[in-house]
Amino acid sequence: MNDLLQFLSFEDPNTRYVVTGTVLLAISSAIVGSFTFLKKKALVGDAVAHSVLPGVCLAFMLSGNKNPVYLVVGAFLTGWISLVIIDQIVARSRIKEDTAIGLILSVFFGFGIMLLTKIQHSGNAAQSGLDSFLFGKAAALVGTDVIVFSTISIILLVVVFIFFKELTLIAFDEDFAKSIGFPVRRLELVLTTLTVMAVVIGIQAVGVVLMAAMLITPAAAARFWTDKLRVMLLLAAIFGAFAGICGAYVSYTAPAMPTGPWIVMIISIIAMFSFFFAPNKGIVYKMVRQRRIRKKIRDENILKMFYQLGEADGDFFKTRTTDTLSQLRELASGQLSAGLSRLRRHGYLKSGTDGWQLTIEGKNKGQRTIKLHRLWELYLTQYLRIAPDHVHDDAETIEHIITPELEAKLEKLLEYPDVDPHMSKIPYES
Amino acid sequence: MIQQVDHPVFEVHDLTVSYDKKPVLWGIDLTVPQGSLVGIIGPNGAGKSTLIKSVMGLIPLGSGYAELFGQPLDEVRDRVSYVPQRGTVDWDFPASVMDVVLMGRYGKLGLFRRPKKADREAALTALRQVGMETYVSRQISQLSGGQQQRVFLARALAQQADIYFLDEPFAGVDAATEKAIITLLRKMSDEGKTVIVVHHDLQSVETYFNWVILLNTRLVASGPTPEVFTQQLLQETYGGKLTLLSEVGNLLKKGQFPTREKTL
Repeated sequence: MNDLLQFLSFEDPNTRYVVTGTVLLAISSAIVGSFTFLKKKALVGDAVAHSVLPGVCLAFMLSGNKNPVYLVVGAFLTGWISLVIIDQIVARSRIKEDTAIGLILSVFFGFGIMLLTKIQHSGNAAQSGLDSFLFGKAAALVGTDVIVFSTISIILLVVVFIFFKELTLIAFDEDFAKSIGFPVRRLELVLTTLTVMAVVIGIQAVGVVLMAAMLITPAAAARFWTDKLRVMLLLAAIFGAFAGICGAYVSYTAPAMPTGPWIVMIISIIAMFSFFFAPNKGIVYKMVRQRRIRKKIRDENILKMFYQLGEADGDFFKTRTTDTLSQLRELASGQLSAGLSRLRRHGYLKSGTDGWQLTIEGKNKGQRTIKLHRLWELYLTQYLRIAPDHVHDDAETIEHIITPELEAKLEKLLEYPDVDPHMSKIPYES
Repeated sequence: MIQQVDHPVFEVHDLTVSYDKKPVLWGIDLTVPQGSLVGIIGPNGAGKSTLIKSVMGLIPLGSGYAELFGQPLDEVRDRVSYVPQRGTVDWDFPASVMDVVLMGRYGKLGLFRRPKKADREAALTALRQVGMETYVSRQISQLSGGQQQRVFLARALAQQADIYFLDEPFAGVDAATEKAIITLLRKMSDEGKTVIVVHHDLQSVETYFNWVILLNTRLVASGPTPEVFTQQLLQETYGGKLTLLSEVGNLLKKGQFPTREKTL
């Protein structure tokens, strides 16, 4: 706990560096990644991330030190070359993009690991810590690194801001962008370069293996919460930043821990949470809505039973026992009693000692459902030429869906008919 | 029956386009007069969409050129509007109706400049013309097929161009939308704008268009509807590909021959 307070107080200048750096690069990769996500090029980030490793290693071998400027340049070069090769393979052969990405990613990464192993056995003392590029170590961000990386992050954000309109357009409708004369190829180059830069500065904190998650996961999570692009970018940035801070904290308290996996775990939990709980799009939300609809259907069916019993013996407000009701329609007994009490709560039913009884509201609601059912049956026989013995099942569903507007249209279209195809009376409100 | 006109607004000259060396359009030569409402008609795979895509510079030309207002496309882009097929974009993209229609202003705005109030007003006017003004802030994922097509048309109208290329604007739309779109296209044509439509419903050709281009890999006919839309020419268009021509095309693909020999 003390650790957390100390961490959050930012007293230690080193912590300040690490946190600022991590948050900035998390934000910039989330924003840049949102555009690759919308362009459906999510895997491109992964290819770049793996392909920067040989660049980092070569830069170290050539310069003999870990100056971040050299490493960034090296990483940028191989990352960029990998994308050019992928593009060329797709353009000039029958190989599709997913295969090309798989090929290039593994070749570059394999080559990178080879170089890394060679460096580790070279006896050069300066090499220690180079392996943190694999899984990331936020705490390894010091002084000059942070300044270099933060500057690049800010440049990335500024470039996205300037190109916002253009990047959005090429993500949505590339052909239209070309047709109005936008330099689509060059704009794509800008996005590619932004992606490579985001990866290059991100790998120090997250590592090459898991960098793709920093690009794609915040965007994927944010997409669940909104249909507005600007809000989506903002949310992605917030999710990324939050995961970044958590990662930096882990790196700070447990230096032996690689930061990347922690950041990825946290951002993935956010994404999972969004997947399940986001309004409208989340699984749980959809399930709740489904349940509500099923309850509505069950309740209307119960009121319908009361009405039908009333129709049979001419007394709509007679008390009915649970037994009578359960004979009429197959319902799990728990569902029937739950439905009955729910309908009482909403004022559609009254309960006495010997059973249940409709209220005026309950009778009207049951009557409306019956009316819709019979109107729909008639509509199907008249307009869809469906045989009268085939219309019942369909009407069972549709009776719960029809809105008052459609109800009025249906009545008018059928000219307020008296009976349905089975000669049952269609009840109207008096 | 290929009728050429003087001072055409739209001219295609000796155009050949190939996919993977196999020509899908073969030596197309045609001209279209100003203000016409043109239907490009032909069977599936006839190269209808390819023709307007190649005019818009979206696919490389094997040979020949296309000119608009007597000039290459690059000189007159802000007078030209292109409506891609509705299915080519992801309608689940996080954007509102206004966002999409505003894209029609981007050509005039150029790079880096943000849409201004005047652009929003132009977009609103365009939406009003297609009867979608009440949907301004609706998310595009919530639109029906017909509404999506109207939004695409509104985006084109916001471009305030003089010539319009529409790729299958009537595909998969409801009857009301189809009627609204054709009424609008007629009005545009009456105002002197040229409208060129890829179309595949033969039933409506005679009532919709006053100029027809019949296409099946090669140009079968181009001219005023009454003269071109005849039983005989339709039979020639829909009677299948010319067998010899396709066989030569397949040879070109197999041997990866260039469509035209290089000239020095």
